Amino acid sequence: MTLIKAKDLAFSYNGTPAVAGAAFELLEKDVLAVIGPNGAGKSTLLRLISGFLEPSTGSAELLGRDVRSYSKVELARLVAYVPSELYLPYDFSVLEIVLMGRSPRVPWWRDYSDTDVSRALGSLKEVGILELRDRSINSLSSGERQLALIAQALAQEPCVLLLDEPTSHLDINYKIQVFGLLTRLACGGMGVIVVSHDLALMAAYAGKVLILKKGGQLYFGPAKTGLSGAIIAAAYGISDSAPVARLLNLAN
Amino acid sequence: MKTNKGANILWLVPAVFAAAALALFAGAVRNAGPEIIWGLRFPRILAAAVVGAGLGFSGAVFQGLLKNPLSDPYILGTSAGAMAGAVLCSAFGISRSSPLFYLAVFAGAFCATFFTYSLAKIKKYASVAHLVLSGVAVSTFLTALIMLFMTLYREHSLSLVYFLLGGFFPADNALLAISGAIVAASVACGAVLWRYLDIFSLGEEKAAYLGADPDKVRLIFFALASLATAASVALAGTVGFVGLIVPHVLRLLFGPSHRSLLISSALGGALFLILADTVARVAAAPVEIPVGVITALFGAPFFIWLLRSTAGGNNRIKD
Repeated sequence: MTLIKAKDLAFSYNGTPAVAGAAFELLEKDVLAVIGPNGAGKSTLLRLISGFLEPSTGSAELLGRDVRSYSKVELARLVAYVPSELYLPYDFSVLEIVLMGRSPRVPWWRDYSDTDVSRALGSLKEVGILELRDRSINSLSSGERQLALIAQALAQEPCVLLLDEPTSHLDINYKIQVFGLLTRLACGGMGVIVVSHDLALMAAYAGKVLILKKGGQLYFGPAKTGLSGAIIAAAYGISDSAPVARLLNLAN
Repeated sequence: MKTNKGANILWLVPAVFAAAALALFAGAVRNAGPEIIWGLRFPRILAAAVVGAGLGFSGAVFQGLLKNPLSDPYILGTSAGAMAGAVLCSAFGISRSSPLFYLAVFAGAFCATFFTYSLAKIKKYASVAHLVLSGVAVSTFLTALIMLFMTLYREHSLSLVYFLLGGFFPADNALLAISGAIVAASVACGAVLWRYLDIFSLGEEKAAYLGADPDKVRLIFFALASLATAASVALAGTVGFVGLIVPHVLRLLFGPSHRSLLISSALGGALFLILADTVARVAAAPVEIPVGVITALFGAPFFIWLLRSTAGGNNRIKD
């Protein structure tokens, strides 16, 4: 089943084009990597398909409807967004943070129910940090905090998970842990889109890849074909593709 | 969902009653008769409770909205607006006890705050930084006008200073009831919507992704806090430190979640102000010290101690 369909998406910030002509599809069980150089519009693309920004041209559809036609609450039940880092001025506990993910499913006048609490605990367990539930979120390491944010997203029970550079500041241990989790979630039916600079990691875990360059889209399709030295060198503007291929341990 | 911490704020309720009982029997007049106790002191204690609750609550809301634990209810032009209302009354000879005075101060406080909000929103997006800057601009301008008036009309200045410091002028019980109703309604609404203020501290983009429209959250809580502050200031002038310290202390004691923080700040504010007002009445009897002097005298050193003892702890103020 198609979860997300983007056609000719384009967006400009105050006249400066950020994304131009992006088109792709996200199906259930897909792990889609979005890669490209800085300024190619990867984060903007996530904001367009999550409905946060309105495209200047083109459309993004979620489950067959224009993503902008959903209410914020409806959208929050279907799509969850995990940012790279989150600054929190106050020391909420991990459980309190994850419970916030249940908010879209709780009417405004009601408090979180026992079901909500057990779902939140379930998310923490799935992510592997159940024992941290009463710790203050600001006392966790970056890796643990990122896992807590993913747990919060899972508590929303979304069908699509969007992650913007989830492991760029984490060590290899956490990179493997996060991507193992994402693979498990995808197998369970979720659609996952990950924006990342870590090409080797994407080559190992992504099933499909969307390659952007400044000013447009270069490739969308299976990762095995897309993550080739030639295409990546073209996207990043590297003249010699051989070192890229070596770095990625790919056939040229 | 009840946490262990949530249940503990209930001890604030008997504490408030105990303080009120203490205040009823403490005063310049020894062995006071029922007319003094019920006629004079009781309404005053009620007023202290209402004002303390209103300021404590709105301090907590602004600290949550502006994501800054050093915010107070006056940060967005409210106190300057209130003073402007008081100055206007002074200019037209309207006395402190008149209902018109109450109305002018209420309107001044509320309108100044909303003016700050709409100034910040002219950029289409009222970010926290814009709000604070716009508050500084509005406050500075209004304060300059007030100072101009006070320089030109020196005979009115002292009473205006007393207003600025905050104090409980014998007020119409009807006005007390109005303020009480406004503060109670604001606290009640805030207490129902608490989780949106929690989510708001994740940042506005993330709040939107969790289904909490940041513009709506900002507007609603802003309105609640402004109403509570305006109702408090109209009754007792600009009493300082209550809105800054009380939420801060309660956050340290019971955690940052607004589930309990909004209610406990209201109760804590009432407690603090009842006690402060008792001291204000009794300490230099028969002279009455403006209650704002007491809250600042005790509040400032306490705040400095708090700042120093928590710096480096797990409740660091992040920059």
